[in-house]
Amino acid sequence: MRRLLGLAAWAAGLLFFAPVAWMVLTSLHSEPDAATNPPSLAAPITFDGYAEFFDSNPWPPLVNSLSASIGSTVLVLLLAIPAAYALSIKKVEKWSDVLFFFLSTKMLPVVAGLLPIYLVAQYTGMLDNISFLVVLYTSMNLPIAVWLMRSFLAEVPGEILEAAALDGAGLVTTLRRVVAPVALPGIAATSLICFIFSWNELLFARVLTGVVAGTAPVHLTGFVTSQGLFLAKVCAAAVVVSLPVLVAGFAAQDKLVQGLSLGAVK
Amino acid sequence: MKSLRYGGLVAAVLMVTTACAGAGGGGGAENSINVLMVNNPQMQDLQKLTADNFTKDTGITVNFTVLPENDVRDKISQDFSSQAGQYDVATISNYETPIYAENGWLTPLDDYVAKDTGFDQDDVLEPIRQSLTAADGKVYAQPFYGESSFLMYRKDVLDAKGLAMPEKPTWPQVADIAAAVDGAQPGMKGICLRGQPGWGQLMAPLTTVVNTFGGTWFTKDWQAQLNAPEFKQATEFYVDLVRAHGEAGAPQAGFAECLNNMTQGKVAMWYDATVAAGLLEADDSPVKGKLGFAQAPVVKTDSSAWLYTWAFGIQKASKKADNAWKFVSWASGKGYEELVGKTLGWSRLPDGKRKSTYQRPEYLAAGGSFAKQAEAAIAGAKPTDPGVQERPVSGIQFVGIPEFTDLGTQVSQKISAAIAGATTVDAALDESQALAETVAEKYRGK
Amino acid sequence: MTALREVEAPAGPTPPVRTGQLAAAARWARRAPLLPALIFTIVVTQLPFVATLVISLMRWNSLDPANRGFAGLDNYTAVFTDPDLRSAIGVTVVLTATVVLVSLVLGLGLALLLDRRFFGRGVVRTMLIAPFLVVPVAAALLWKHALYNPEYGLFNGVLTWLFGADAPQPEWIGGMPLLAVEASLVWQWTPFMMLILLAGLQSRPQDAVEAARIDGATAWQVFRYLTLPHLRQYLELGALLGSIYVVQNFDAVFTITSGGLGTANLPYTIYQTFYQAHDYGQASAAGVVVVLGSIVIATFALRVVSSLLREEVRA
Repeated sequence: MRRLLGLAAWAAGLLFFAPVAWMVLTSLHSEPDAATNPPSLAAPITFDGYAEFFDSNPWPPLVNSLSASIGSTVLVLLLAIPAAYALSIKKVEKWSDVLFFFLSTKMLPVVAGLLPIYLVAQYTGMLDNISFLVVLYTSMNLPIAVWLMRSFLAEVPGEILEAAALDGAGLVTTLRRVVAPVALPGIAATSLICFIFSWNELLFARVLTGVVAGTAPVHLTGFVTSQGLFLAKVCAAAVVVSLPVLVAGFAAQDKLVQGLSLGAVK
Repeated sequence: MKSLRYGGLVAAVLMVTTACAGAGGGGGAENSINVLMVNNPQMQDLQKLTADNFTKDTGITVNFTVLPENDVRDKISQDFSSQAGQYDVATISNYETPIYAENGWLTPLDDYVAKDTGFDQDDVLEPIRQSLTAADGKVYAQPFYGESSFLMYRKDVLDAKGLAMPEKPTWPQVADIAAAVDGAQPGMKGICLRGQPGWGQLMAPLTTVVNTFGGTWFTKDWQAQLNAPEFKQATEFYVDLVRAHGEAGAPQAGFAECLNNMTQGKVAMWYDATVAAGLLEADDSPVKGKLGFAQAPVVKTDSSAWLYTWAFGIQKASKKADNAWKFVSWASGKGYEELVGKTLGWSRLPDGKRKSTYQRPEYLAAGGSFAKQAEAAIAGAKPTDPGVQERPVSGIQFVGIPEFTDLGTQVSQKISAAIAGATTVDAALDESQALAETVAEKYRGK
Repeated sequence: MTALREVEAPAGPTPPVRTGQLAAAARWARRAPLLPALIFTIVVTQLPFVATLVISLMRWNSLDPANRGFAGLDNYTAVFTDPDLRSAIGVTVVLTATVVLVSLVLGLGLALLLDRRFFGRGVVRTMLIAPFLVVPVAAALLWKHALYNPEYGLFNGVLTWLFGADAPQPEWIGGMPLLAVEASLVWQWTPFMMLILLAGLQSRPQDAVEAARIDGATAWQVFRYLTLPHLRQYLELGALLGSIYVVQNFDAVFTITSGGLGTANLPYTIYQTFYQAHDYGQASAAGVVVVLGSIVIATFALRVVSSLLREEVRA
């Protein structure tokens, strides 16, 4: 039985991973080999797809994506942590309403605000500017970050806080000694999630950027053509563009599980 | 440990601020222009050749944004309609050019053409030039390449079945041949016809079929005709043909899918753009030399081929129109064709726009059987009179009104559903008629 | 701003004059950390909607610049009589519900499998989270071109492998368009659900499970009466976060079907009105209607949220 369940887990893992593996394999084939039926598993390996990707000057978009993702993640943390503090440890009145307000902004259709945002960007000269994307990505991730951070901070034991206050420990000491140990895994998980969602964002980036601030996902869609074969190079581009998130996600998966358990891990 | 973490944070913030400082708003450096292009092979070649030739000669840097067709259209219309001026030059077609010009979004090019003696406007094929001219008689875009539509077929497959393709086939003849060659080789279907939703995908070939069956989207006095007998008959013919003898995956098949089907020998015939011929006759194509070409099939009209061109327009809001013109003049000029021919091969010429192209011996040698057919199709296209009745606006495979992108796409989604078997042609066209009537009503009031 | 300055007053040498003022100051001191995030969110997410509201009352088609003006409620009439928008609402509901529920169930199954020790557990978990880490537009392109394509996609390729040249070659997107979009999204979201539920499983108090086992409870009983109740808030959290993101999905619909074959959801339909019809007025009106609808649904979701909050108070 035990063995069987292990096998089932392996089967499921392989099944879910198969499309990713297929993407990697396709990226290493030539265009005609990538478009055969039945698929040619053993077709000769070539790096032509990657060569085309790196010939297309992908560095500015990759750097743009990195700036937008890191910049917005940092900004999100700077805004979300104090807010979460005011919603959990030293609660403001009607804190659950405030929390709900944050969350409700995530339920509004982004696309309905696209036109005003575009017009604002145009009239302030912020079109094709990474800073503008940083602001938008921050607003996109802030509600989730506040929500998650609040859950983590709510796990900080109140008695210890009071004890620390009685001992005359200053705010900084309290934060460092009592809050940080509980909050750090949460911060790590929140940052990772914010980074992933910013890196993946396409709609704003497509509409608001141009030759200067275009991000990696926009660059990726540029490999699709309605005339001619493109499967291998799109797969190569998809692998490279997904790589930072894959690496970060694989490296931090324990943090992610730990963090997502809302700090409840014993 | 703590300070390390803090240091990392500061570094990240610094990195972002410097990145931001580097990223100025639209416009860019003084001696550079921004170009927004559709991602077709000819444009990819252009992108590769620009730095070593155009930039080297003129000192003007060209920043390209290259996107697939659907994405690029959305972006161009956004940038041009708001006159945001992010892009100096964009690829627009003969559909957009008159509409954009009328709205004052494009720079008229007549003065530039007059001064730029090497450009030779008279060399541009007349229907193409005409289609890029607005109501005020000025030219607003210069063609990069032009195309028409024709029928491509596997000569070897037809020969093996003892069939001959007429020079000017009719659609019923084509349907018979499609039935005869369906299954001629294992896994081979009779014909490839686009079924992918989109006004520029399914709607383009279908509208040429509608035209030659005697149908039209609108009458001269703006009555929508989508469920009129001719339109219905044409659509039923198209849908039945593709369902009976068409390619696998037809409801999602566009130009790219059909090209692949034809290349891989999965279909025996293909009715589509003339530019496909160059790709099918390319050196690494498995069907090279096995193809025959015939004019676009007809029923009630003399010809039914469409006319399309990807052309460069300069945005009115551009502050660098002079440099932009230099680029347009270079890319659309004879010299660029020569450059492509000599460096990349004569079969990759951005053709279908200039008379002189069809006088180049090297090109004719490489283009073989299809070059003359394509030229004839383009030269014979009649955008102002594509059917059997008078039209309110020009356009062969489209209706030259701004509403058509939305209308055409919505109608194409319904007909694509009929190809998938999810609805009937009757139902699809009745719903489409209601959409078209809303548009027609607007114009009747004008 | 004055309130903020008063915060510092009690710290100074002079004692506070009035207790009311002190209480107000304390309240503002509590609010202060919240304000930057709150103001930022209001400015960046709420102001555009005010603008949307204004535009929704205008006659504004960017392709017809001469004809711009006040339209009253015309755009709303157009929105409410538009059959495409009605079908988009249905598609959005079906798409979101299917993707979230299926990913939750699959995620729960996978989490339960991963919760036990077996050879190579770390590797399997890494493989399972990979789909969530692939850039969504890359995933959509992958599914459309490399998997679903009827001519050279992997799915039909595998069928050819298994059954030879006469194998059935279904048209995945043409034959089952909505299912095709849903499958690609389920593939991406199942790992996320699995991660949340795995976190839940690992925080389950082991002593209670042990005690139940000693008392002779079957595995099913442990799952039904201990694990599932414990997982409830994690399931709700997953459903909530999943719905928030899937409801907004644009990339998959845009890439896989271009909104054709009855798969156009609300974000895609509004986008289409913006970018293909260029009817800014009507697109904004549709946006406003959707926002109002979302608020109704969000209020419903609030119950889920508040149940999460209650759990915590009890805990």
